[in-house]
Amino acid sequence: MTKMVPLPSKAIIPERDAQKDPILETHRLGIDFGGLTAVDELTLAIGRTEIGGLIGPNGAGKTTVFNLITNVYKPTRGDIMIDGKPTGGKSVSQVSRMGIARTFQNIRLFSDMTVIDNVKVGLHYSINQSLLSSVTHLFGYKKSERDADERALELLSFFNMKHLARFKAGSLPYGEQRRLEIIRALATNPKIILLDEPAAGMNPSETAELMENIRRIRDKYQIAVLLIEHDMNLVMNICEGICVLDHGKVIAKGTPDEIKSDPKVIEAYLGKKED
Amino acid sequence: MKKYKDLSSFAKTNIKCYGIVILAFLVMYPLQSSGMISHSISGQLVPICTYVVMAISLNLTVGFLGELSLGHAGFMSVGAFSGVITAISLSAAVPSPTIRLIISIVVGGLFAGIAGLIIGIPVLRLKGDYLAIVTLAFGEIIKNIINCLYVGIDEKGLHFSMQSDAALGLSEMGRVIMKGPQGAVGITKTATFLSGIILILFALFVVLNLVNSKTGRAVTAIRDNRIAAESVGIGITRYKLTAFIISAMLAGMAGALYAQNLSAVAATKFDFNTSILILVFVVLGGMGNIFGSIIAATLLYMLPELLRGLADYRMLIYAIILIIVMVATNSTQSKQIIAKIKSSLRTRKSNGEGADL
Repeated sequence: MTKMVPLPSKAIIPERDAQKDPILETHRLGIDFGGLTAVDELTLAIGRTEIGGLIGPNGAGKTTVFNLITNVYKPTRGDIMIDGKPTGGKSVSQVSRMGIARTFQNIRLFSDMTVIDNVKVGLHYSINQSLLSSVTHLFGYKKSERDADERALELLSFFNMKHLARFKAGSLPYGEQRRLEIIRALATNPKIILLDEPAAGMNPSETAELMENIRRIRDKYQIAVLLIEHDMNLVMNICEGICVLDHGKVIAKGTPDEIKSDPKVIEAYLGKKED
Repeated sequence: MKKYKDLSSFAKTNIKCYGIVILAFLVMYPLQSSGMISHSISGQLVPICTYVVMAISLNLTVGFLGELSLGHAGFMSVGAFSGVITAISLSAAVPSPTIRLIISIVVGGLFAGIAGLIIGIPVLRLKGDYLAIVTLAFGEIIKNIINCLYVGIDEKGLHFSMQSDAALGLSEMGRVIMKGPQGAVGITKTATFLSGIILILFALFVVLNLVNSKTGRAVTAIRDNRIAAESVGIGITRYKLTAFIISAMLAGMAGALYAQNLSAVAATKFDFNTSILILVFVVLGGMGNIFGSIIAATLLYMLPELLRGLADYRMLIYAIILIIVMVATNSTQSKQIIAKIKSSLRTRKSNGEGADL
């Protein structure tokens, strides 16, 4: 296995997992849309149990990076490896099964299905049920559904949503829809979870709860988290490493403290000081 | 025993769907066998059953998979003719008409399933409404192929030709099964009302179970949000194909039953109008609502029969009724009225319960 990003590096976060291979690596990743270069020369590595942040002004190409990592967009240049395996030529669902899960900036739930069924769709590949038992409801159907219900309820109760299991997902309040999307992503049993603006539209107390939940996810499931967020309080509080994008290029990488004092970051967000 | 309102929605749907079919059987069967109903109505029983199966099967594609199929009659046609050929070929080998009917329905379902696979593999990989266009073409192609297909059987086996029945080269013992534009001829009528009801129950069993399973959840998830379904690792093409093939198979089985209720059936019976008729059943009954499909197929199939007294105005009235039903079930005002009636009924009921306590 060739390592694309030498560790320990300043890639993003080799803090606690410096000795282990990273879970996600990208090497000189880039994509062009027609003549426009949306992302260029993106080299990242994320440790197995790290919380990383991807920040930058609007239009910097953050969501494009998520779409590249999950193979929704095919990269024009560069490579991506998840757990040491390249994702090139794989479909979106195959990449997901390699151990990567995500949420979306604009919530994408199965809104006509119940909360528990949303989670069970996430559990899909861990449910042991053949087409024959799907059609007949025999041959181990009952057991497989009971196991799935149990695991779904366990996940829901970890996030205090068990009481909502039978409600339609589309009828939930905004904050709970966001939480359900994270639960559904976790149900796929990922090695890394990508959160696209998880705190968007939340009030300070909801954001505080979200931060707590992100930490709990990492600690309980021992997985990596990479998040895009505009709420600097959240990013600086929970991220162990941060990568700043501007106009599709990485302008800074480092710990929250390093990022806070980096003049290039300040310039990207606030503009250049006139002399 | 649990109260009805405490049951899961799956159990409720099951009770409603199986219940109405069994009830219809219990009411109609004695009437039919004692000759209490007119000949024209009793002749409609098997076609109604087949159209109910067609509506259930199309609802799987349109309601649950969220793909539009405009050629469902094409699958019915494939099932009908492959079923008839099977039944006639086996008439010497299998003396029991019931077993022959069952075998021919299974064969009809298999051939329609294969047709579904051939169409589905290229088309269901694409995003967008391509399935509608391709199934529309499929229905027409099948109709035209069968229109010039000649099939005969003699002691050497089946003979096929695209020219004429003379070109089949049958021996003197031989018998022509399909005569091009005339379609299949000399069919033994083996379909009965009971077999129709059993086929409906089978279709219900397959579709209702499927919808409430791992496969069904994947299918509904793809309909609700394709991007999210992909993001949790669901193979889109695989599940679309599964649902579509099952839907095609059920349509083929219905076709095989339908054909064996007649003495002769031509390919023009399964044309675009028939496909649209079935789609109307599904849309009026409600997408993803199996119970609605059963009711809509039954009522709308009988309606032209019931309006026979109006002679020339029959189809006019039929069209007006369709429009009224569409408007009534889709406008917000009428929905509000229905909701009001429902809630007032509910409060009355709960008041009654309160008085009991």
